[in-house]
Amino acid sequence: MRKLVQSHATEFALLAVIAAICVVLSLATDSFFSLGNAFDLLNTSSVNIIFAVGLLVVLIAGGIDISFAVAASVVQYVTALILGYIGGGGWISGLLIAGSLGILLGAFNAFLIHRFRIISIVATIATFNIYFGLLMFFTQGVSIYDLPDWLTDRVVLFEHEMADGTWAEITLPVLVMVICVVATWLFITRTTTGRQLYAFGDNPEGARRFGINIGAMQFIAFGWLGMMAGIAGLIQAHYAQEVVPNALYGRELDVLAAVVLGGARLGGGKGSVLGCVLGVLLIAITQNGLNLLGVSPFAFKMIVGAIILIAITLSNTSIEKLLPFMRGARR
Amino acid sequence: MNTAVNRIKELLGPEIAGPGLAFVAVMLFFSLASPQFLSSATFGSVAFQLPELGLLTLAMLLPVLTGGLNLAITFTANLAGLTVAWVLQANGGVDAGMASFILGCILAIAVGAATGVVMGLVIAYTRAHPILVSLSMMIFVRGLGEFLTRGGDISGFPAFLQPIGHGSLAGIPIPLLIFIVCVLVWHVLLTRLKLGFNTYMIGSNIDAARYSGVNTRKVLVLVYTLSGAMSAVAGIIMLARFNSVRVGHGESYLLITVLACFLGGVNPFGGFGRVIPVFVALVVLQLLSSGLNLMGANQHLATAVWGILLIAVMILRWFAAQLMIFNRRKG
Amino acid sequence: MADIPSTVGGVKPLLSLHNINMTFGGIKALKNVSFEVLPGEVHCLAGENGSGKSTLIKIITGVYRPEDGAAIEYDGQTYSHMSPVTAQASGIQVIWQDLALFPEMTVAENIAFQTVIGRWPRFVNYRTMRDIAVKALKRLGVVLDVDAPLKDYSIAQRQIVAIARALVGEAKLVFMDEPTASLTQSETDHLIEIVRSLSASGVAVVFVSHRLAEVLEISNRLTVLRDGALVGVYPVQGMTQSRVTELMTGKNFDQQVRAKSVRDNPIVLEVKRLSRPGQFHDISFNVRSGETLGITGLLGAGRTELALALFGMLKPKSGSVSLHGKPVRFSSNRDAIKAGIAYLSEDRLSLGLIQPQSIADNLVIASLDRIKSGGLLSDDRKRQLVARWIADLGVKIGRQSDAVSTLSGGNQQRIAIAKWLATDPKLLILDAPTVGVDVGARAGIFEIVAKLAESGLAIILISDEVPEVYFNADRVLHMAQGQIAGWFDPQSCSLQDIEAAVYA
Repeated sequence: MRKLVQSHATEFALLAVIAAICVVLSLATDSFFSLGNAFDLLNTSSVNIIFAVGLLVVLIAGGIDISFAVAASVVQYVTALILGYIGGGGWISGLLIAGSLGILLGAFNAFLIHRFRIISIVATIATFNIYFGLLMFFTQGVSIYDLPDWLTDRVVLFEHEMADGTWAEITLPVLVMVICVVATWLFITRTTTGRQLYAFGDNPEGARRFGINIGAMQFIAFGWLGMMAGIAGLIQAHYAQEVVPNALYGRELDVLAAVVLGGARLGGGKGSVLGCVLGVLLIAITQNGLNLLGVSPFAFKMIVGAIILIAITLSNTSIEKLLPFMRGARR
Repeated sequence: MNTAVNRIKELLGPEIAGPGLAFVAVMLFFSLASPQFLSSATFGSVAFQLPELGLLTLAMLLPVLTGGLNLAITFTANLAGLTVAWVLQANGGVDAGMASFILGCILAIAVGAATGVVMGLVIAYTRAHPILVSLSMMIFVRGLGEFLTRGGDISGFPAFLQPIGHGSLAGIPIPLLIFIVCVLVWHVLLTRLKLGFNTYMIGSNIDAARYSGVNTRKVLVLVYTLSGAMSAVAGIIMLARFNSVRVGHGESYLLITVLACFLGGVNPFGGFGRVIPVFVALVVLQLLSSGLNLMGANQHLATAVWGILLIAVMILRWFAAQLMIFNRRKG
Repeated sequence: MADIPSTVGGVKPLLSLHNINMTFGGIKALKNVSFEVLPGEVHCLAGENGSGKSTLIKIITGVYRPEDGAAIEYDGQTYSHMSPVTAQASGIQVIWQDLALFPEMTVAENIAFQTVIGRWPRFVNYRTMRDIAVKALKRLGVVLDVDAPLKDYSIAQRQIVAIARALVGEAKLVFMDEPTASLTQSETDHLIEIVRSLSASGVAVVFVSHRLAEVLEISNRLTVLRDGALVGVYPVQGMTQSRVTELMTGKNFDQQVRAKSVRDNPIVLEVKRLSRPGQFHDISFNVRSGETLGITGLLGAGRTELALALFGMLKPKSGSVSLHGKPVRFSSNRDAIKAGIAYLSEDRLSLGLIQPQSIADNLVIASLDRIKSGGLLSDDRKRQLVARWIADLGVKIGRQSDAVSTLSGGNQQRIAIAKWLATDPKLLILDAPTVGVDVGARAGIFEIVAKLAESGLAIILISDEVPEVYFNADRVLHMAQGQIAGWFDPQSCSLQDIEAAVYA
C-alpha cells in the first residue's frame, strides 16, 4: 500500500484535496452532496476531460500542443458543414468525420515537428494562429445554429428522479468521455506503442538507439490528441447545440493547467490518465462549490488561479524547505 | 570602417537573418501587389499599431530568454489599465488632473511588477515550470480583473489622455516614441547590464551559472518583475488608445508575442535572442497585416499569415542548417 | 593490409572488421581500421577522445554505415554494414556511457524493454516483463525491486540495470562505453566481477575505458586507436599503464614528482574541525601560498562536498574556516568568490561551463565588474580581458564569440581556469580538472597549475586518479568515508604507497 501511495503521490494528493473540498462543501451547502450535482459535474466536465487525456498523450511524448482547442473549433465547423452537405448523418458518421479531421490537423503539427525539427511549442503556436485565423476568415465569425437534430437532441443515458422532483441525468457526453478515458488508459499503459511513447518522452536518445521510430511517435501522439480534440469538438457542439467559431478559443491553456496539475510533466515521460482526470475534476469541483456557496461567478477564476498557484508552489516545495528550523530540531 | 561593420553585426547578431529576410520579402511583395502600400498611410497605421503588441512582446522577451514564458502579460496589462482607470475615477473621472494620472501610472507599474515578483519568487525558489506558474497567474489575474469589473468596461477619462494614444510629436506617434524608448531600454539592459548578461547565462544553463557565482534567484525574480512592469506600460498605452479598459483587451496578443519572439530569432529554449531582430520581426508582422488590409483582407487572415510566416522562417532555418552540414561534409 | 590472420591463436573470431573507413565533414574519423573480438574474451578498446573509438562502436552496432570496401564478419556471417536491428537481433549489445535508460519507468520495464519494441502494437505483458527482469538480475547476482521506478536508484545500480538489459537480448558481444566513469571503487569491483562472470559464460565483452588501471586488470587483449588509425593489438599481460598511455598518445610522458617544500610561505586557508553530517567529518588542514595540496580518495569519500563547503555552496555544520587568518563564513558562493576562493567544478559539461554560450562570456561571467566602464559592461574591455587570458594560458580558439562547446576538452578546461583566475583568487580549488581531457592535453593543464602555484596562488587539487596528485601536489591528503585517512609527502613516499592506502 505504501509503495502504491509513493508511486502515485500526485494522484493521492489530488484525491485527498478533492475529498477535503467535498467534505467542506457537503457541510457548507445542502445541494453539493447530491446525485444531481455529481452528474452535473460530469456532464459539464466531459469535454475538458476528453481534451485533457488527449493532451496528456502529447505531454508524455515530450511535446506540447497549443493548437488543439482551435483545431477542435475548426473540426466542429467543418464537420457541421459536411454533415449539412451530406444531409444529416448520425453519431457514427459524425464522430468518424470529426475524429478523422482532428487526426489530420494533429498530423500536420507532427509533420512540421518531425520533418523540419521545429520544436513543438513553436510549431503549435504557429498552427494555432493559422487554424484560428483561417477559421475566422472563412466563416466571417458566423455561428451555425442549424445543426442536424440528432446532434442537438439531448441523449439521456440514465436518469433518476430526486426527492425534490428534479431529475439527475447522465447524458451522452459522459459516455463518450468514459470511452475516451478508458481508450487512452488502455493505449498508454497496456500497449507496446504506449510504452514506447513513455520511453520516447523520458529519454528520446535512448529510445532512438533502441530503434523506436521517432517520427511514428510524433505522429501517433499528435494524431491521438487530434482525434480527441475532434471528438471533444463534436461533443461540445452537441452540448452547446450550436457551433460558434471562437467558442473554444483560450480553452487550451485551461486544459493544460489541469493536466499539469494532474502530474503530467512538461518535458515528457511522466503523467497518468487518473491524475489528469482528477486535475480537471478538482478545478470543476472547486468552481461548482464556489457557485453553490453563492460566490460571485466573476471570482471563480481568480480563486481557481490562486489554488493552482498554491498547489504548484507546495508540490515543488517540501515541507522541510518551508520550515527550515525543523531540520535543525530533528538532528 | 571595419570596426563599425563589426559593431553593427554585433548589434544585430545572427538572429537578424530570419526577420531581415522576411522584411525584404514583405516589402517587395506588397510594393508590387498594391500601389498604395508604399505610402505614408501604411506606415502611419503600422506606427500606431506597433506599440501595443511591441510592448507586450518586450514583456514576453525577458522570460523567454531565461528559458521560460510569461503567459500572464496580457491580463497583467489589463489589471494595470484598471489601476490607472480607478485612480483617475477616484480623482474626478473626466476632470482628473495630470498628477492623478501619473500617480495611476506609478501604481499600475507597481501592480504589474507585483505579479512578476510573485511569479519570479515561485519559479526561482520552487523551480516549478514557468509555463505552469505564469499560466496560473494568468488565470488568477484574469479572474481578479473580471471580479473587480464584473466583466464590464471602464471609460470616461480626461481629455489629456487622447494625445498619449493618438497624438504625434514631430511627426512620430507618441505611443511609438514610448515603445522605441522601451526597446532601447531593453537593448541596453540586455547588452550592457549584468542583469542582461546573467539572463542569457541562466537561459542556457542555470546550474552552471549558479556555480559561476550568478545570483540566479535574484535574476529570475528581477526578470519576471521587469516583465510584469513592461506589461503594465503596455496596459497604460492600451488604455490611452482605446480610451477604455476591459479585461480581455489584447487577449489575442498573448500567443502573438511568443510568435514575434521566435520570428525574431529568439531561441525557444532560452539563452539567445536580441531586441533589435525582435523589433524587426514586429515591424514585419504589422506590415503584413497592413498590406493584407490594403488588399481587402481582415485581421483574421493576417493572423493566419503570421502563423504561416513563422513556419516558413523555421523551415528556411532548417534548410540553412542542412545546407551547412552538407557543405561541411563536402569540404 | 591483407596479411591479417583470420584466426587468432587458432580461435575463430566472433567479430572481425577489416578495411573500415569513415569520413565526417572532410575529416577521416577512421582510416583502414581492423578490429577483432574472440568469443568470450574481455577486450579493451583504448584511445583518446576523438581517436575513433565511439565511431567504431557505432559502425559495429549499425548506427553508422562505413564507406564502401568494408568487410564485417560476425558469427560466421558477412556484412557490408550492420543495421541496428540486425545488430541487436544477432546479440550485439551496447551499454552506452549515458546508459540510455528510462528513469521514469520501472526497473522491470527498463530491463525487459525490448519486449515492447516492434513494428506493430501489441498488448504489454507486465508479468512476462517482470519475470524476465528478475531472471536477468538473478544471473548478475543482484537484488533490486523491479517494480520501483529506475530514478530511485543510484548510477551504479542503473549501470547494473543496463547490463541486465543487455543480457536479456541474448548477448554474445557486449560493448561497455566508459562504464566505470561515475562508479566508486567498490561498485567498480562489483562491475568487474560481473564482467568476469559474463566472460566465463561465453559472452565477449569489449571494454572502453579511460581508466587504465581497470583496463589492465580486466582485459585479455588490447586494441589501441590513435587519430582514427589502428596502432596495434596487444596482449594485456606485461602491459604497464605508462606503455598504454604512450601507445594512445604517441608521446612519452616521463613524469616527475613536482613536490617542493613551502613551509615558510604564509598560510592562506586554515580549516579546523569542519564537519557536515553524512558527508565529511572533523576535517582540519591548511594550504599555504604557493602550495598545491592534493586531495585524493575514492568516489564518495566526501572530497567534492568538502570543496563545495569551502566554496560556500554547502553549509558546514560545525568547525571553522579562515582565510589569511580571518575567520570567514559564506552564505553563498558569491561571498566565497568575493573573499578570493575559486572552485573549478568536476562536471565541466553541465556545471563548469555554459556550453552553448560564447568563449568570451564564459570567461568573464564571474568577473563582470572588471569589464565595466561607466557602470555599463564594455565590449572592448571584455575583448581585451579575454584576449589577455587566452594568450596567458595558451588556449587555442577560433573567435571569441564561438560557443565554448566547440573547443576540445583541454581547451575548455583552460577557459574554465581562466574564468576563475580573472576573479583574482587567493585559493583555487581544482576538482578533477582532467576529466574528459585527453591524456596528451593533461600535461598542459598541470603545467599551468605549476605556474600558478609558483606565482603564489594556493591550490587544492582534487582527483581520484592517484598519480595526478602524487606527481603534481606538494602534499597529499587521503580522504575516506568523509574523514582524513592519511597524509603523504610525495618527496618521501612512492606512488604505490598512496595507491595501496587508497585502494585498500
